[in-house]
Amino acid sequence: MPMNTRRLLRGIGIVCALGLGATACGGSADGGSNSKRVSAQDIRAALKKGGTITVWAWEPTLKQVAADFQKEHPAVKVELVNAGTNKDQYTALQNAIAAKKGVPDVAQIEYYALGQYALTKGLTNLAPYGAGKLATAYSPGPWNAVKTGEEIYGLPMDSGPMALFYNKKVFDKHKVKVPATWDEYVEAARDLHKADPEVYITSDTGDAGATTSLLWQAGSRPYEVDGTKVRINLADEGATTYTDTWQQLLDEKLLAPVNPWTDEWYKGMGDGTIATLAVGAWMPANLASGVKSAAGDWRVAPLPQWTAGDKASAENGGSSLALPELGENEELAYAFTEYANAGKGVQTRLKGGAFPATTADLQSDAFQNTAFPYFGGQKANKIFAESAANVADDWSYLPYQVYANSVFNDTAGKAYVSDTPLSEGLKAWQDASAKYGTEQGFTVEK
Amino acid sequence: MSSPATTAFRPTPRPAGDPPPSAPRLCTPRRHTAGRRPRRSVLLTVLTGLVLLYALVPLLWLAVSATKTQEGLAGSSGLWFGGDFALWDNISTTFTYNDGVFTRWLLNTLLYVGLGAGGATFLAVLGGYALAKFDFPGKRAVFAVVIGAVAVPGTALAVPTFLMFSGMGLTDTPWAVVIPSLISPFGLYLMWVFATEAIPTELMEAARIDGAGEVRTFFQVGLPLLAPGIVTVLLFTMVATWNNYFLPLIMLKDPDWFPLTLGLNSWNAQAATAGGEAVFNLVITGSLITVLPLIAAFLLLQKYWQSGLAAGSVKE
Repeated sequence: MPMNTRRLLRGIGIVCALGLGATACGGSADGGSNSKRVSAQDIRAALKKGGTITVWAWEPTLKQVAADFQKEHPAVKVELVNAGTNKDQYTALQNAIAAKKGVPDVAQIEYYALGQYALTKGLTNLAPYGAGKLATAYSPGPWNAVKTGEEIYGLPMDSGPMALFYNKKVFDKHKVKVPATWDEYVEAARDLHKADPEVYITSDTGDAGATTSLLWQAGSRPYEVDGTKVRINLADEGATTYTDTWQQLLDEKLLAPVNPWTDEWYKGMGDGTIATLAVGAWMPANLASGVKSAAGDWRVAPLPQWTAGDKASAENGGSSLALPELGENEELAYAFTEYANAGKGVQTRLKGGAFPATTADLQSDAFQNTAFPYFGGQKANKIFAESAANVADDWSYLPYQVYANSVFNDTAGKAYVSDTPLSEGLKAWQDASAKYGTEQGFTVEK
Repeated sequence: MSSPATTAFRPTPRPAGDPPPSAPRLCTPRRHTAGRRPRRSVLLTVLTGLVLLYALVPLLWLAVSATKTQEGLAGSSGLWFGGDFALWDNISTTFTYNDGVFTRWLLNTLLYVGLGAGGATFLAVLGGYALAKFDFPGKRAVFAVVIGAVAVPGTALAVPTFLMFSGMGLTDTPWAVVIPSLISPFGLYLMWVFATEAIPTELMEAARIDGAGEVRTFFQVGLPLLAPGIVTVLLFTMVATWNNYFLPLIMLKDPDWFPLTLGLNSWNAQAATAGGEAVFNLVITGSLITVLPLIAAFLLLQKYWQSGLAAGSVKE
């Protein structure tokens, strides 16, 4: 691409970004940065010509994928850089974009953060590269998370359909039934804690990601986004269902005050004082490496339901690979992204313990029949795959969810440390999110 | 400002019969005043003991925890040894994990400390000496800038520094860490105050009368007298550079250039990512290895730092 055209396109991208006008600039096939179709031939030519691409990602299995990719395309060099994990990397990415220097060609971005970059910071739309044809390859939750209208801002790398991980040894010891509904979950929390005051059903100190996932499952749709128009409602019916139940756990002090991902947390899961975890299907690898001592104690069950007999599920975590607009070598970057997330790289990553977002892999016999020695030989993937199929695809995050999540503990978090009811906490979170949105130029309705 | 150095170089007439300057000076006053004050105060002893505990318990925890495996860490109390003694295993794994990247981080840290802290000390000594012993126009302005710079925390300047270095194309290179580390306003101020006290102007005049040039006066007369101050500043800048986290965090993306602080944090962060391996035992062992050189530096340098000063050796 000649330098001037490139600069012009970039300029248009920036203007779009500044105006937050995804609807104004995007969509039309003949204007803006969407005009250029990139054929498979272009990509093959670029791979032959070679070059270097920088990939910012913390996902450990990508290391092997990058090595394999370079073996297959000797002219291409993939520089895999761990620029920090989630928020750290987003800060670094924002800095690089602000400085217009050192922007990676490919970046790992979690689904909840993708909207922020797609709308305001400029990610390359992958639709002209033919990413649209991959729509049927992915399960609906992750695919819905990477696209806005016709535009595709990344390829899903993994997914996190939720399930209930529980310490069977603890449940057996105290003869408590594994809960199938959230009401039973509260019961189980009481029973376990009564049987042994050291034991808590789970740990929760206020986690935005976990809360939004449970709201998602409960049928709440707090965020509606239409271009620059945003509606936030954290008090709809689904949200009330969630707060009513969770409030009981808070009131009766049935949640362990342990911050997630700390050594104390891992310890609690090892010694049985944290009895369950409702998280994404990527958790087995973390349990296997972080809680070795409890191997064989843990099992997986379907996520408890808000209404008995339902099969609703939600996504928790998961990330995509996206191409920042200021990155270079788009063709190579796309080729790598497709290789890692939809091509041969997927198998490599599955072997490394990642959880797929591709339906073919989710439904394959090999995947479904994998026995987890950690879970006493349980074929846990069957539960995960079923959960993935039951994720509602009409969920959306705020276009500035990274910020919103960062103020969760200052607002909703109060419910965890004081007498503030959770519903009021969520209201405060809603207000803070709305205020920030207005300041950023969004039209926020409540 | 309550650095040890500022109290150490206050000129004190030394009574006859005092031990030679190299002996720990803190012992002498007690011996002399023992008759006048009660020998021991229970309250003080208890308070000091508490402070000592407060300072040592984390270190003890670190040392004890470094002997445990990942499972052992979860299964045993933090302040005493578990069943397994995995210290040697942990150390060797720390150095081999991720293709031995820990060694690389250690060398990087040494590089940053060597160039950054060494350079910062050198510049502070030159600047402090000049400000203390020469008069020139604008000296008051320099004073204001230095005092102002002491007050601005480095963290506040980090993002502007990042943008500037990014503009120069220096981010993600070791220079982005070394160059900002060269500036130590506090070190400069300390050397300035120290040089004012420690180098008698008469001595410099004597050297000049004997025919020494400014450079020679500085190196042969000034520098030896400044030694305790230099060691103090060196210790400060070393600790600051060794522990520096935020500056490398925003400047560096390539793990090959990480200092130990960032590297260990990246290992720690692994435990918090989907599919990441929790390696708390390696993070702990790595942290222990990381604090050892600093402890060694303090022990080795403290005798220079505490040793007798020439300040007051000439009657003014």
